[in-house]
Amino acid sequence: MNTIVCIKQILDPEIPPAKFRLDSESMRVIPPEGIPPVINPYDEQAVELALRLKDKHGGKITAVTIGSDTAAGIVKHALAMGADEGIVLADKVFEGSDSFATAYILTRAIQKIGDYGLVFCGRQAADWDEGLVGSIIAENLGLPLVTLAEAVDVADDEELRVKRVTLDGYQVFAVPTPAVVTVSNEVGQPRLPSGWGIISAARRQIPVWNAGDIDADPHQCGASTARRKLVKLFIPVREKKCEIVQGEDTAEASVKLAIRLRETGVI
Amino acid sequence: MADYQGVLICGEVVEGKITTITKELINTGRRLGDDLNQPLSVLLIGQDIHEVAREVILLGADKVYTADGAPFTESHPECYTAITLNACQQVAPSIILLGQTDMGRDIAPRLATRLRTTACLDCVELAIDPETKLVLQTRPVYGGNAMAVWVSENYQPQVITMRPRAGTPAEPDTSRRGEIVPVSINIDDSMIKGRLLETVKEEIKGIRLEEAKVIVAGGGGIGGSEGFQLLQELAQVLGGTIAVSRVPCDEGWMPLSLEIGQTGHVVGPSLYIAVGISGAMQHLAGCSGSKCIVAVNKDPEAHVFKEADFGIVGDYREVLPPLIEKCKALLAI
Repeated sequence: MNTIVCIKQILDPEIPPAKFRLDSESMRVIPPEGIPPVINPYDEQAVELALRLKDKHGGKITAVTIGSDTAAGIVKHALAMGADEGIVLADKVFEGSDSFATAYILTRAIQKIGDYGLVFCGRQAADWDEGLVGSIIAENLGLPLVTLAEAVDVADDEELRVKRVTLDGYQVFAVPTPAVVTVSNEVGQPRLPSGWGIISAARRQIPVWNAGDIDADPHQCGASTARRKLVKLFIPVREKKCEIVQGEDTAEASVKLAIRLRETGVI
Repeated sequence: MADYQGVLICGEVVEGKITTITKELINTGRRLGDDLNQPLSVLLIGQDIHEVAREVILLGADKVYTADGAPFTESHPECYTAITLNACQQVAPSIILLGQTDMGRDIAPRLATRLRTTACLDCVELAIDPETKLVLQTRPVYGGNAMAVWVSENYQPQVITMRPRAGTPAEPDTSRRGEIVPVSINIDDSMIKGRLLETVKEEIKGIRLEEAKVIVAGGGGIGGSEGFQLLQELAQVLGGTIAVSRVPCDEGWMPLSLEIGQTGHVVGPSLYIAVGISGAMQHLAGCSGSKCIVAVNKDPEAHVFKEADFGIVGDYREVLPPLIEKCKALLAI
């Protein structure tokens, strides 16, 4: 069964909070120097889940992303992990798309790619943390959707078995193909690309498709179609002041901490 | 746009009880409704929920719509989407509020797409702009490193989910009156594409994290699963339970079911002791509602100290044993 994985390039979410900067005037996040963008970790786990399915049942994996030239880097990362094909969707009219326009563009691309049993997306992108795109794609395509998946398998009857993570356990769904699945972090660590994988991915030319190639209506893409407007972006001010408890040694400080907690009625 | 009126909350009933997040939504929804001078309705889905519906009126609802029946007891998102969509079309609210729960975060985007409108998930603050009457939707972005405020000028209804513990639960007022309206909704096979084979609730030993008064949480600094023994001991002395940040899960030291953070449990205990946790925003998003945060970390520059009320700089192996002993003595255990 062939799968399509939607991936996104984002600012590295592991940057320390102290290095996080934004310009409140233009309402943009300023990428710190020297820290390259990465594949959204949840999308990387979606690639991993697609690879586990391929390891067991075969099929072709196509990784697709919206972005400029630099976005080819994460597509190559997916190829190096083991994906078979990669596509970058790039067009001026795509810029500034919100989740609905993004889902529209990806939907058009998925329809053009065709011949798939499963579309994987990360549960959310670790930049704007919206958690909308995968679900909207499923609605656009009129396909079954399971969100927050931890594992996917194909049963004898060609139906998918999808394990969905819940706060206090899990659910198992049986869904017909084709279907859309959003992937949660419970999938665990994605595999590292092999040396050979990296070398062969580096040599690949990644096809770039524009709006015309996927027959996307420019009036349904880009900033002008955004259904919500950002009116303020700020770094929350921490009002807390931490009382560092000290002593002659660690043991004394620890005893003092217990006393402070008792004094303040915390314990 | 004037056709859309009022706030509709999609409430959740679990094991015959209204959930805490639903009570929080009612409190927020009541305030938004009052500011807009519009009514507050609550949709309840489940079986034998008439008593719960009465309670919801006392908590602040003007109208409660009930989808009452056997097929509605399963937590099937497709089923809930179909019912909720139908109710939204009947009620035509201007704001649809859901909890950022397993169910809410799943169905909100589906609803928004089908209603050809917009959605804003995981909000921590909602207010009505006094001039424009638009809903100001505040939500953390970039893992909580920043906050963003959004409005939607041209799309209604506005589908919004709220993070648990972002608001306070509504208190019952026994003098309140309201109306209970049963809604009949036909679910046919065309609406349900997937079958729910099983729902498994994993047995939790001891206290549920959401209800714990004291949580002792460990991070990457613990160094391995055996280190959690000490945390367990401290938790026991304080009548609490243990939890973890992401690193111990990724490393396989502890189960994911104990994870606190943006993608795990969101908790608000009286005391949260963060041990060997650096303080990534994604983690703090799950515990910043705690009344008191204590940080134990070797690194004096660790970000966790910025969020803590009390801190100790030191190795947890040296900090915890005397802390446990002193707590025992103070609490006369």
